[in-house]
Amino acid sequence: MTVREIEYRDALNEAMSEEMRRDKRVFLLGEEVAQYDGAYKVSRGMLAEFGERRIIDTPISESGFAGMAIGAAMMGLRPVVEFMSWSFSLVAADPILNNAPKMLYMSGGQYGCPIVFRGNDGAGGQLGSTHSWCVEGLYSNVPGLKMAIPSNPYEAKGLLKTAIRDDDPVFFLESERMLGTKGEVPEEEYLIPFGQARVARPGKDITLVSFGRPVNFCLEAAEALAREGVDCEVLDMRTIRPLDIESIVRSVKKTNRCVVVDQSWSFGSPGSEVAAQVHARCFDDLDNFVHRVHTADVPTPYATNLEAEYLPNARRITEAVRACLYLA
Amino acid sequence: MSSPAQPAPSPASESFDVHTQGIGARPEVSQGAAWATPINGSWPMVEPSLALQLLRQMVLIREFEVRCMQAYQDKKIGGFCHVYIGQEAVAVGCNAALRPEDPMVTAYRDHGHALARGMSARACMAEMFGRVDGCAKGKGGSMHMFDRANNLFGGHGIVGAQVPLGVGLAFACKYEDEVMAGGSLRRVAMSFLGDGALNQGAFHEGMNLASLLDLPAIVVCENNGYSMGTAISRGTSMGHQITAKALAYGIDAYEVDGMDVLGVYHQMHGIVEHCRATSRPAFVDMRTYRYKGHSMSDPRKYRTREEEAQYEAGDPIGRLKSRLEGAGILTEADFKAMLKELRAEVRDSVDFADASPVPSMSELHTDVFVESWGPYTGSSDPRMLGGAPRAVNFRAIENPETQL
Repeated sequence: MTVREIEYRDALNEAMSEEMRRDKRVFLLGEEVAQYDGAYKVSRGMLAEFGERRIIDTPISESGFAGMAIGAAMMGLRPVVEFMSWSFSLVAADPILNNAPKMLYMSGGQYGCPIVFRGNDGAGGQLGSTHSWCVEGLYSNVPGLKMAIPSNPYEAKGLLKTAIRDDDPVFFLESERMLGTKGEVPEEEYLIPFGQARVARPGKDITLVSFGRPVNFCLEAAEALAREGVDCEVLDMRTIRPLDIESIVRSVKKTNRCVVVDQSWSFGSPGSEVAAQVHARCFDDLDNFVHRVHTADVPTPYATNLEAEYLPNARRITEAVRACLYLA
Repeated sequence: MSSPAQPAPSPASESFDVHTQGIGARPEVSQGAAWATPINGSWPMVEPSLALQLLRQMVLIREFEVRCMQAYQDKKIGGFCHVYIGQEAVAVGCNAALRPEDPMVTAYRDHGHALARGMSARACMAEMFGRVDGCAKGKGGSMHMFDRANNLFGGHGIVGAQVPLGVGLAFACKYEDEVMAGGSLRRVAMSFLGDGALNQGAFHEGMNLASLLDLPAIVVCENNGYSMGTAISRGTSMGHQITAKALAYGIDAYEVDGMDVLGVYHQMHGIVEHCRATSRPAFVDMRTYRYKGHSMSDPRKYRTREEEAQYEAGDPIGRLKSRLEGAGILTEADFKAMLKELRAEVRDSVDFADASPVPSMSELHTDVFVESWGPYTGSSDPRMLGGAPRAVNFRAIENPETQL
């Protein structure tokens, strides 16, 4: 296997380009994806390769182009819809929540919706309250959709290829903060199945469960804790729906302690869902209740110091681990 | 910011009284699209077989809706139920102007479109009864009529939301020709909306995209003058000339008398074929009237009985019937026989729906995903249920590599 280091954004680009070469039904649309080469350069070069019929610039009209793409998906095409930011998907809530995930059910199985919605999720860095949405809590509540949230370039490419081939609507949550992050990605084709967590770091003392960018903060915290003699197991869940609860249960039965790290708000979140399921499945195995690290329960602040404290970070994760182990 | 004192503007008209005025006088519709012209004030007759089909479909819808209202009163149908009585000429005339392979999508007042498109009265009625033999196995309901075999992409419940979907159907028609099938199919997509949807952002975003991307999308506004109980003049600016909204997007707009099925057919046929040839969208202000309330619980206090009588006097079924009688295509005895036959068909649909089983409990968890993950229990292993009919994608490529 030939491995090279590429950026997260190029991993996404490779995933889309490979799938577009493979399947003519796949096309990309969104704001600035074509002539501008992508607002964040994720789609750079794709217009030149695939032409304007398949790389389509849209007006700033999320409700319109998301709905249009859903209609095209009902006809059997496989649209990839880029939201410049998931924050901007809120004005498209009706098509993405009321149409895409429900079409199969309310048509009695007649019309599926094989579509990928993707874009930046989470605080991008001093973007303020309206542009820093983590939508995983809000949208994972809805049945009928799948949700993937890659934590590094390798994951980004493998999961996006799977998302594009999936027959159901997939919400694909990327991170602006990670677009320039480099990581090892093989040149050979690979896909990462949905619903199978990855053990990002094996350990025996405590299980850290996380999704997306905060997986990296968990690894950072685990390194620091290892110097204190605490051996953390870090699970990168990869997908929130479907949720690989079996891998979590297996790990917690071994470690007897669990901390969930989730960059969305705590109330009604993937983190609270994992905690509830772990309590139900591992009640007799737990030495302490499941501790949770979330963003602070406030709108996203602008000031650098406030935003850094607002987000899950290695220090807050370390504190939660110590508390869960009665070390605090 | 302070604003300079302004004299109170003088009202352009007397204050509006919805109880006496309703939608009031509507401007005359234009005398036809460029490709079709009425002769001596009336639209030309069509082939007798087509003319009788138009009549048959309109009567079927009328009789079906009358039975729906009865079944609703009998509590056989639940939820919301919006009947199409008065508007039959629109779905029937528009559908006749389309090819069977042209996709169609509509809003929640959708029984008429489903029947015009070719759905059986049995499947339509069973859906409203919430039974397993309904078009969506009883999981959609009155507002969600889907018929894949007849290219009906739903009944949709959120006002205006189906407009971008319909634009997407048109996008796929064009994409298939340009990227996949080599330009051979040239299908057009027709979307219906009510006049209330004109004020939704989704309508405007859909129109803008259809124009920008040169899509073969025909957007038909079934302008019955009321969004629920709000007369168009109270809810829609430029309500007297809604074609202005399409012109703002550079989309050709037409006014059609939706109470005359021959006129609907002739004009829509011209519009559809122009759209097919040019791949440019079109907008139609289809003037119509719903005789009944918005839904089953509407006492119609916002309009007068006189206004209703005035529209019912120009009933589309009566108009076509007398044209056919005048042309020697239909006799009174023929009509009575047709009516008897269709009433029997609708009665049969009610009996069928009543006898159809309710969906089995396993249906609760199917059709959530194409590959079902099974019931969500909060803590159990997601099980692969199977049994959900796999949604087959249109012209799915079995082996993409060999196609490229």
